Amino acid sequence: MNENVLLSIENLHVSFYTLRGVVRAVRGLNLQIRTGETVALVGESGCGKSVSAHAVTGLLPVPPAKIEEGKIFFDGQDVLQFNEKQMRGLRGVRVGMIFQEPMTSLNPVFKIGDQIADVFRVHHRIGKQKAFQMAVDLLDKVKIPEPERRAREYPFQLSGGMRQRAMIAMALASPKPGLIIADEPTTALDVTIQAQILHLLKELQKDIGVAVLLITHDMGVVAQVADRATVMYAGRAVEQGTVEEVFSDYRHPYTHGLLHSLPGNPEYRGAKRLIAIPGTVPDLRSLGNECPFANRCSHVKDRCWHEFPEETTLTAEHRFWCWYPTNLKAEDAHER
Amino acid sequence: MARYILQRLLLLIPTLLGVLTIVFFMTALSPGDPARVMLGERANAQQLEQLREDLGLNKPLGEQYLIYLKRTLRLDFGRSIRTGRSVMEEIREHFPATIELALVSMFLATFFGIVIGVLSAVKQNTWLDYSAMIGALTGVSMPVFWLGLVLIMIFSVGLGWFPTGGRMEVRLFFEPITRFYLLDSLIILIRDGDPAYLKSSLQHIILPAVALGTIPIAIIARTTRSSMLETLRQDYVKTARAAGIHERRVIFRYALKNALLPVVTVIGLQFGLLLAGAILTETIFAWPGIGRWIYSAITARDYPAVQAGVIIVSAFFVGINVVVDILYSVINPKIRLR
Ligand SMILES: Nc1ncnc2c1ncn2[C@@H]1O[C@H](COP(=O)(O)OP(=O)(O)O)[C@@H](O)[C@H]1O
Ligand SMILES: [Mg+2]
Repeated sequence: MNENVLLSIENLHVSFYTLRGVVRAVRGLNLQIRTGETVALVGESGCGKSVSAHAVTGLLPVPPAKIEEGKIFFDGQDVLQFNEKQMRGLRGVRVGMIFQEPMTSLNPVFKIGDQIADVFRVHHRIGKQKAFQMAVDLLDKVKIPEPERRAREYPFQLSGGMRQRAMIAMALASPKPGLIIADEPTTALDVTIQAQILHLLKELQKDIGVAVLLITHDMGVVAQVADRATVMYAGRAVEQGTVEEVFSDYRHPYTHGLLHSLPGNPEYRGAKRLIAIPGTVPDLRSLGNECPFANRCSHVKDRCWHEFPEETTLTAEHRFWCWYPTNLKAEDAHER
Repeated sequence: MARYILQRLLLLIPTLLGVLTIVFFMTALSPGDPARVMLGERANAQQLEQLREDLGLNKPLGEQYLIYLKRTLRLDFGRSIRTGRSVMEEIREHFPATIELALVSMFLATFFGIVIGVLSAVKQNTWLDYSAMIGALTGVSMPVFWLGLVLIMIFSVGLGWFPTGGRMEVRLFFEPITRFYLLDSLIILIRDGDPAYLKSSLQHIILPAVALGTIPIAIIARTTRSSMLETLRQDYVKTARAAGIHERRVIFRYALKNALLPVVTVIGLQFGLLLAGAILTETIFAWPGIGRWIYSAITARDYPAVQAGVIIVSAFFVGINVVVDILYSVINPKIRLR
C-alpha cells in the first residue's frame, strides 16, 4: 500500500462554523492515491466530497471552514503546513482541478487560449506567444477540433463538452502534472458527451501517467473509469476497496443502495437523489457518534444509534464501517 | 462590433429628437406669456408684440416647432436676452469649464471608488470594509451644497490651502488656448517652462472636484464592492486559484474585469448626473461653467439661454450613455461578438 503513494489523506476532519451552527462536513476521511491510478470518491450530493478535495488544494474558504484534525501528504510533504507560496507550488504545478460546471468554470471575458496560456506563464518562464502556442497544442491534445480558432474564442462560443475539454487542458497546463482532481466533471453534460470526456480522461491518464481523483455521485461513472473507490456518506467513508470489490462484494447497506439505484435504466443515471433508498441525508449539524446512515438503513439495530462502527478489513484494499453488514451471498440467494 | 456601434449611433437620432421635442413643448405649453415674463410688468403692448414677432410666438404651434427644429439642428439658439450675445457663443465659452470639472471629478470618483470597492470586498467584514461603507453611506447622503460650503470653510477660509472660487488666480492673466485650463496650463508649462499656471489651476479645481465627486465615489465604491463580492464567489475564480495563479492577479485581472461590467454602467450614469450636480457646485465655487451659466439664465428668465442649456446638457447625457454602451461592449465579449 505504501509504495508509490502520491496523495495520502489521513483522518481528515473539516467543519464549517456558520451562524446557524457547526457543519461537520468531513469526519475522519482516509484516502490514498498511488501514482497513475484513478480513485473515485462516491456519494450523494452534500456528503463532503468537494470539501475534501478543496482541503487538498487549500481552496477551502477559511473562515467559515476549519480543518479540525488530520494530515494530508502529497509526495510525502504535509500540505496542511504549507504557506500560501508553497500551496501555489502545488496548485497548478502538481495538482490540476476540473470542476462540475463547464459553463461557469471558465472566465467569460477572456479567450480560451489566453486563459490556458496564463496558467503556462505562471509556471514557466516563457513569452506570451509561446504560451499561446502551447495552449493551442494542449487544446489539440484534448481533441478540440480547429484548436487555433477555438483558442481565439470566448467560453460562451463553445459547447459544454468543448468547454470541459478546455478545462481539462487547463488542468494539464502544469509543468509536472501528478494528480488531477475532477469534481463531478461530467455531471452537467449529457450522456454521450459524458462518455467522451471520461474516455478522454482515461486516455490522457495512460499517456501522461497522472493520477486522477474522480468525484462523482454516479456509480455508473465509477464503473467506467476507476481502479478503486471510496464510498462516502454524511462526511464519513463507509466502504472502500477496488472497484471489483465494491461492485461485487460490497458490505455496506449504503453501497448496496447506491448500486441498486442504478438499474441499467438510463433515467436513473445522473439522478442526484437516490431513488432506491428511502429517507433523507441527516443534518450534518446535529450528528453525534451514531452511524449517520442509521435513519435510512434496513439493517439498523440499537447499537447503530450509539456508536459509529469500527473499521472491518477484508483484504489489502477492502474495508467497511458497519455493525451489521450486508452478507452478499445470503442476500443474493434471498433475492433470487 | 462595428454594427453594434452603428446601431447605437443610429438610436441616438430618435432619442435626441425626443429630447428636443420635450424641451420645446415644455417651454411652449408652460403657463404664462414668455414675452411678458421677459419684459416684465411695465412693458407696453407694442413692445410685447414686437418681442413676440421676434421670437416667432405669433405663428401656429406646428410651424414654431419646425422652425425651432431647423434652427436647433444648425446649433442656432438665437441671442441671449440678458447679454444680447449669441447663445451658442456663450455656451462655447462656458462648456469647457464644466467638462473639465466633470472629468476631474469623474476621474477621482472612478479611481477611488474602484479602489475602495475592491479593498472592501477583498477585506469583507473587517474594520476597513465597515469604515469604507460607513464613509460611502455618509457620502451619498451629503447634500452637495452643504459639503461644498464645509470644504470652503475648512480648506479655504480656515487652512487657506485652496482658493474659495474661480478657475485661475486673477493676476495670472492668460489667453485661453483650448479653454480647458489644466490642458492650457500644461501647454504653457511645456512651452514657457512656467509651472505657476498649472499649480494655480490644480489648486482651483480640487475642492469643487471633490465636492462634485463625493456622491459618485460613494456610489461607485458600493457598486464595485457588491459586484466584486459576487464575482469572487464565481467558479472561474476558483478555477484560477486552482491553477496556481497568484491571488493578487486573480483579484485584479480575473475577478475585476468581470466585476467592472456593472460598474461601467454606473460610472456612465453618474457622469450624466454630475452635470446636473454641476449647477450647485459651480454656483458655490464661482466656477464659470455651464451650470452656473444656466443658473444665472434661469434667475434672469433668459428663455433662449435656458432652452439651449437644457438641450446641450441633455444631449451630452444621451451621448455619454452611448459611449458607455460602446465601452461596455468592448469589455464584454458576449455583446461585442454578437
Ligand atoms: N462555505 C460553506 N459554508 C457552510 N457549509 C458548507 C460550505 N461549503 C460546504 N458546506 C457544507 O459541507 C457539506 C459538504 O459539502 P460538499 O463537499 O460541497 O458536498 P458534495 O459531496 O456534494 O461535494 C454540505 O453539507 C455543505 O452544506
Ligand atoms: Mg460537490
